[in-house]
Amino acid sequence: MVKTSVSLCGITIDNPVIPASGTFGFGLEFAELYDINVLGSFSFKGTTKDARFGNPTPRIAETEGGMLNAVGLQNPGVAHVKAVELPALAKVFHKPVMANVSGFSIEDYAYTCAALDDEEQIGWIEVNISCPNVHGGGMSFGTSAQNAAAVTKAVKAVTKKPIIIKLTPNVTDICEIARAVEVEGADGVSLINTLSGMRISLPKRKPLLANVTGGLSGPCVFPVALRCVYQVYNAVKIPIVGMGGVSSAEDVIEMMMAGATAVEVGAANLVDPFASKKIVEALPLAMEKYKISSLTEIIGAAH
Amino acid sequence: MKDTIFTVLNNKMIAKNTYEMVMRGDTEGLASGGFVNIKLDGFYLRRPISVCDFDGDTLTIIYKVVGKGTDKMAQMKGGEELAVLTGLGNGYDVTKAGDAPLLIGGGAGVPPMFHLCRELIAAGKKVSVILGFGAKDEVFYEEKFRALGADVFVTTVSGDYGIRGFVTDALAGLNYSYFYTCGPEPMLKAVYDKSVTSGQFSFEERMGCGFGACMGCSCETKYGNKRICRDGPVLEKEEIIW
Repeated sequence: MVKTSVSLCGITIDNPVIPASGTFGFGLEFAELYDINVLGSFSFKGTTKDARFGNPTPRIAETEGGMLNAVGLQNPGVAHVKAVELPALAKVFHKPVMANVSGFSIEDYAYTCAALDDEEQIGWIEVNISCPNVHGGGMSFGTSAQNAAAVTKAVKAVTKKPIIIKLTPNVTDICEIARAVEVEGADGVSLINTLSGMRISLPKRKPLLANVTGGLSGPCVFPVALRCVYQVYNAVKIPIVGMGGVSSAEDVIEMMMAGATAVEVGAANLVDPFASKKIVEALPLAMEKYKISSLTEIIGAAH
Repeated sequence: MKDTIFTVLNNKMIAKNTYEMVMRGDTEGLASGGFVNIKLDGFYLRRPISVCDFDGDTLTIIYKVVGKGTDKMAQMKGGEELAVLTGLGNGYDVTKAGDAPLLIGGGAGVPPMFHLCRELIAAGKKVSVILGFGAKDEVFYEEKFRALGADVFVTTVSGDYGIRGFVTDALAGLNYSYFYTCGPEPMLKAVYDKSVTSGQFSFEERMGCGFGACMGCSCETKYGNKRICRDGPVLEKEEIIW
């Protein structure tokens, strides 16, 4: 009997498989298809202070081995999430859920995290710092160590929940950002967010996405994600949630060997709605194949 | 939604760049105006294709070759298998049709009208159909709609077949109790402006998942944000913001 459970920031989860934010809504679409309690947890749709429609369409483009999205953080706002989405989720999911929070100013982040602090079902708050800072010329918080640290400090001050800072790979040195958020008290980091990319329609001679650029995800980004996790594991002591193109139990194991304590599954859920469930089910067999008795023992094993 | 495997029975060109694929599989949950999402080897995202027709164990889809994915589909042969998510989308609400509904399909928007036409005629309605195409070599299913028992009007932009012009040029003289339409967005807008009754519009949008998880295909309506894949693709005239 293999042991798939891991401990993430002091919370033990049955397995390390966590559907990634933006690919799993608030869980309800998937709960219609299977019992989502088989998952370790899931990270819910990126939530902001106010409701957002997001970007104009087209928001989705395809590429070899992956996809681009420019959804633009469409969400109903934190008050609606508390009043409607979380009570509905509590009926179908009986484990700690990961809240995903975005903002366009330090105050936004703090407001949303504070608002979620009293939600019992929320185990962790994953803070997406890849959004543009409206007070900083639109540059993403996550591309500056100073801004990333400032967001971390602000959210740590307003919540007792473990804070996991979600890092963007669109930087010169992801380790520098990871260290900066660790210093300000981040309980963990998750990586990678999507890689910035674009496609052009040949007949129209225009970008395919209305937003021009979008975030690249899917199996094509897996080696980049793995490299980032491997490097950040050397840079910080806090746990890492690895993600980026994970599509199989083998990918989960590889990500953990690079240094991840838990692993998020993103784009795969969109192509196959049962992807995360299949990965959970395939894990024990894959562990036996590679002679792993407990997943905890392989975290960072490749170092 | 169902995660199923279909076997291709027949896949043939029926008009310029236009293919009809008949597949055998589990058709439970399919509906007029709904769609299926097809996984193709070598392509990351699925291809959402509207339901043209179905019975107890076969599904017919009609698709236009517009890119590499549909080009790959066009090369498929009988006996090959496809992974298909079925039963997607809200579909048309036939209860609002009245006695004499009008169906208006343009190009790749013609297929969703077919099973709807079958369903409405079976319910005893007097159905009129306007089929709009670019030119004669793009026309398909005219006789099939007629065989169902509908009054059929064909328009071509080039004027080399049927009524010269757009679907709205055939719309002007017709009496109808309600309408259902699908086609390119400029056509839908023209129908919206020129129609004299209420009706339902089926929209197309680039999708990530096709079942409501990714928010890739959202649109704003008078009744709030909707996902074309799950809350649509069919929207009622009264809720559309144009």
